[in-house]
Amino acid sequence: MNDIVADAPRGGTGDLAPGQKAGGPRGIAAGLGSYLVGLTLAVVLTVASFWAAETHLIYGPGVSVALVTLGIAQIGIHLVFFLHLTTAPDNTNNVLALAFGVLIVFFVIVGSLWIMANLNHMSMPMDQLMRMQR
Amino acid sequence: MSTPEIALRAPSSPAALNLRPAPVLAADEATGRGEGGPAPKRIVVGYGFWIFLLSDIIMFSAFFAAYAVLNGATAGGPTAAQLFDLRNVQIETACLLLSSFACGVATTAVEHGEMRVTQLALLATGLLGLGFLSLEVHEFAGLIARGAGPSHSAFLSSFFALVGLHGAHITVGLLWLATMMAQFQAKGFRADICRRYFCFSLFWHALDIIWVAIFTVVYLIGVRT
Repeated sequence: MNDIVADAPRGGTGDLAPGQKAGGPRGIAAGLGSYLVGLTLAVVLTVASFWAAETHLIYGPGVSVALVTLGIAQIGIHLVFFLHLTTAPDNTNNVLALAFGVLIVFFVIVGSLWIMANLNHMSMPMDQLMRMQR
Repeated sequence: MSTPEIALRAPSSPAALNLRPAPVLAADEATGRGEGGPAPKRIVVGYGFWIFLLSDIIMFSAFFAAYAVLNGATAGGPTAAQLFDLRNVQIETACLLLSSFACGVATTAVEHGEMRVTQLALLATGLLGLGFLSLEVHEFAGLIARGAGPSHSAFLSSFFALVGLHGAHITVGLLWLATMMAQFQAKGFRADICRRYFCFSLFWHALDIIWVAIFTVVYLIGVRT
């Protein structure tokens, strides 16, 4: 075990750095467990995503919703099993920062789509606009 | 004027102010909340890099928004469904996911001070990342050769900007990875080098998270609309 890991807080009193596992190292095999679970779940969700995109079993307009759901689920899997994010008190700072980031991402993406859809809805169809300019 | 008065009133001992001695904490028990001094450097460095990653993801979100808005703006040119080869995207996804996993193996090996496992896992991380990058460059070259370059339509501009930005991050990550392997080899698991490595692992996992969003939004949903 090297210094930096031995120095790290073991949970309880302090916080954990982002990506740091609670409890410190307990042997390579135990350490790999979380990554193996994450890899398995991520593979399952990836295969499900590509399947959902090509299948005809899902109601057409619902496919995008299914894909977004599977994508968000996989991002969650990555955060929990690869980045070791938890809801424990030693992770509060990391989770709060992430939550703020997600909020801004949500504003940017949903706001852009909303405004541009409105703009398209309000503006004159292109052929009419062309005729007026003639 | 008032200075001597304050000096007179200043207590001669901490007990007069009802001060308890600060709780004695070991160096590794610092909470960063005023007891036992500042948080350990491992946390300060990691948290700072976490904030950078979140701001990076917010920058990506602007590119995602542009792609989502411009997805249909093909200017009479080829659409996503005509251009994208999902088989290629599947292999890219597999490369990047396995690369992220190999990075996790390397992190575990670093935590246990296993140099040989660390270097092998980092080599696997790098090779899989390189495989991903070459597939992406190949895809871009194919699109440009077919006349579907970034200047063809707003849709293609936003596509090349978003996926190219991710590819640029992967390129930088690969360079960083190579320097980390060299630093571990030359200087061993020194505390400062381990901190740099932990930042790199955060970066690499975050790039895989962004790729999940890219293959979902750009390729799978893009092909359908």
